[in-house]
Amino acid sequence: MSQSIGTSVSGLNRRSLAKGLGAGIIAAVAPFKIGRAQGAGLKVGVLLPRSGVQAGIGQDCQRGVEIAAGILKDIGLPDLVIMSGDTESNVETARSRAERLIGEGAQLLVGAFDSGQTTAIAQVAEQKGIPFVINIAAAPPITEQGYKFVFRNFPTAGMILGDAFANQKAIFEATGSAPQSVVFMHVNDTFGVSMQKGIDTVLPKFNMPYKILETIAYDPAARDLSVEVAKAKATGAEALLTVSRLNDAILLTRELVKQRWSPLAILSMGPGWYEDQYIKTLGKLSDDPLSFVPWYDPNKKLSKQLEDALAKAHPGINLNTNHIYTFEALLIAADAYKRAASSDPKALAEAIRTTDITQNVSIGPGIKFDAKGQNDKLKNAGIQNRGGKLVTVAPMAAANAKVVWPLTAYDKRA
Amino acid sequence: MPASIYLNVAVSGLLTGLVYGLMALGLSVIFGVVRVVNFAHGEMMTIAMYIAVALFAAYRLDPLLMLVPIAAVLFALGYVMQAGLINPFINRPEHSQFMLLVAVAMIIVNALLLIFGPDARSVQTAYAYDSFQLGPLIVDATKAYAAVAAAVVAGGLFAFFRYSLTGKAIRACADNYQGALVVGLDVRRLYALTFGLGAACVGAAGSMLVLLLDVTPALGPSYTLLAFVIVITGGLGSMPGALLGGMLIGVTEALAGLLFTPSAKSMFAFGMLVLVLLFRPQGILGKSAS
Repeated sequence: MSQSIGTSVSGLNRRSLAKGLGAGIIAAVAPFKIGRAQGAGLKVGVLLPRSGVQAGIGQDCQRGVEIAAGILKDIGLPDLVIMSGDTESNVETARSRAERLIGEGAQLLVGAFDSGQTTAIAQVAEQKGIPFVINIAAAPPITEQGYKFVFRNFPTAGMILGDAFANQKAIFEATGSAPQSVVFMHVNDTFGVSMQKGIDTVLPKFNMPYKILETIAYDPAARDLSVEVAKAKATGAEALLTVSRLNDAILLTRELVKQRWSPLAILSMGPGWYEDQYIKTLGKLSDDPLSFVPWYDPNKKLSKQLEDALAKAHPGINLNTNHIYTFEALLIAADAYKRAASSDPKALAEAIRTTDITQNVSIGPGIKFDAKGQNDKLKNAGIQNRGGKLVTVAPMAAANAKVVWPLTAYDKRA
Repeated sequence: MPASIYLNVAVSGLLTGLVYGLMALGLSVIFGVVRVVNFAHGEMMTIAMYIAVALFAAYRLDPLLMLVPIAAVLFALGYVMQAGLINPFINRPEHSQFMLLVAVAMIIVNALLLIFGPDARSVQTAYAYDSFQLGPLIVDATKAYAAVAAAVVAGGLFAFFRYSLTGKAIRACADNYQGALVVGLDVRRLYALTFGLGAACVGAAGSMLVLLLDVTPALGPSYTLLAFVIVITGGLGSMPGALLGGMLIGVTEALAGLLFTPSAKSMFAFGMLVLVLLFRPQGILGKSAS
């Protein structure tokens, strides 16, 4: 008996106790891990170009991050723990920051505004098996690689261009005037080149009234665009078609003024011209360019909440693409985390894949991903700068103002 | 393409090149006398640009009017740097000097980042968007003012080295270090003075360039590189060579952008550098070592 007890006790002290403890730890830790993760919040690594040539836009995207927490809480979504990473507007830095954030415990990545940097992060995310929700990046190949952990809630270059040409035609019809010729100026980074290639494919399908007389590519980090503008002006084109960033949009406008060239219209199909920094830097000179871009539906309930939150946190800043799509990337993350009830990367990726958010901000039926991880239902708008504000002028169904046409000559602005 | 466009672009490149030339002049002066290559040259220029931005933001002081005070501040900075930091490295191996100045450059970039943040800053003067029209020629007013100021500063520096006693003493140090010591010149003080003058040049160039460019802390390294391209093209240690190199690079970049593709502007500038290194290694106006 004593031997029996002894054996039993001995067993408890050694193998049984060890097995029991092991099983106990596994049983205790597994649910606790989920509970703790839910309680502490999902660790989201947000990668943005906060310094370098794209710093202005990166910091604008950051505003979308700042206002997200309160709204997500209001709509009953769990907390997110934001881990910030600065890509320094550089592809290689973006890659190394993504690796570092994952090493430091990020369970999901969001970013990165720029297609080149986003491509690098997508490779890291896929390799490490960490879900990556793209806020802004339009280069089509990103979602054509068969990635399982990469999701994009932003239109591709082709989608932007298709809507841009349709909205331009709507404006030409409404005004009864259209340029017969344009000069196309674009940044020669991943996004700019994707758009340029997209134009070659998409433009013939739209039977546009204008011809592209010349295409001028330039360095996104250029600090002087006088030669580029002189060359564009010399083509004799009636209007300027452009795909740019923020700094170069400011430089282009300065040169247009200095070189005394006021085109019939500035038709932008990228960021820059509607940014607050553009408007603040140029004042009255910032009025009238048209931007054909992914935008928000002002009639959606969440848009109003986002506008109010931004106005409270950053008075005087207009809600724009940077805030909207960065916010929506976090909305997707929080929604997936809630449904997955886990911070396990595979479970999160699976939850993101089955996302079906109808209460969102961007134009279109909502957020849903196709088999490639692309939200292909997004729609774009035509917006115009007007007295420091942004108004929607196309599509006509969503317009809240009439277009000012042609562009007010720069030398005729008081 | 109308012929006037070539003239417009060439003039624009020439004016920008003059300011670049003044910036590179500082590098050439320092190397020509002290024999130290200032790898923090572009970063020192960004300090001057930030001073100009801060003065404009606080007191609306025009950077062109502040050119002399800003150059004076940079002169003091350069003098102190040479006297306190670089002098002990004068007789050390070149790689030690290189590491010292690269470290200084990195400290400057990060200090500016801490103080001013990464945002681009600019100065919006009343004449920021002005231009002069002379027949078919449209000249950017800001570039014209900056180029004239650069020419005046460079002229003043040439006159100083040619006619003043101190300038002659500095040239003596450059020509014959041992001889300068033998005749009793205070070489250490003259070196500090020279470094100060080189820094003042870059300070003056910075106050002009802030009218043409937005400044960020990260701007420095690219302008250090540009200064090297200019002085190597013009002739390392040659003052007229630096100005000539600046104008050549300015015009080459501008015309290459017009005739080929703007994306390839820098490629042509570096292509010219390669040609100079191949066929005239001492630079266009540089003296051959032999």
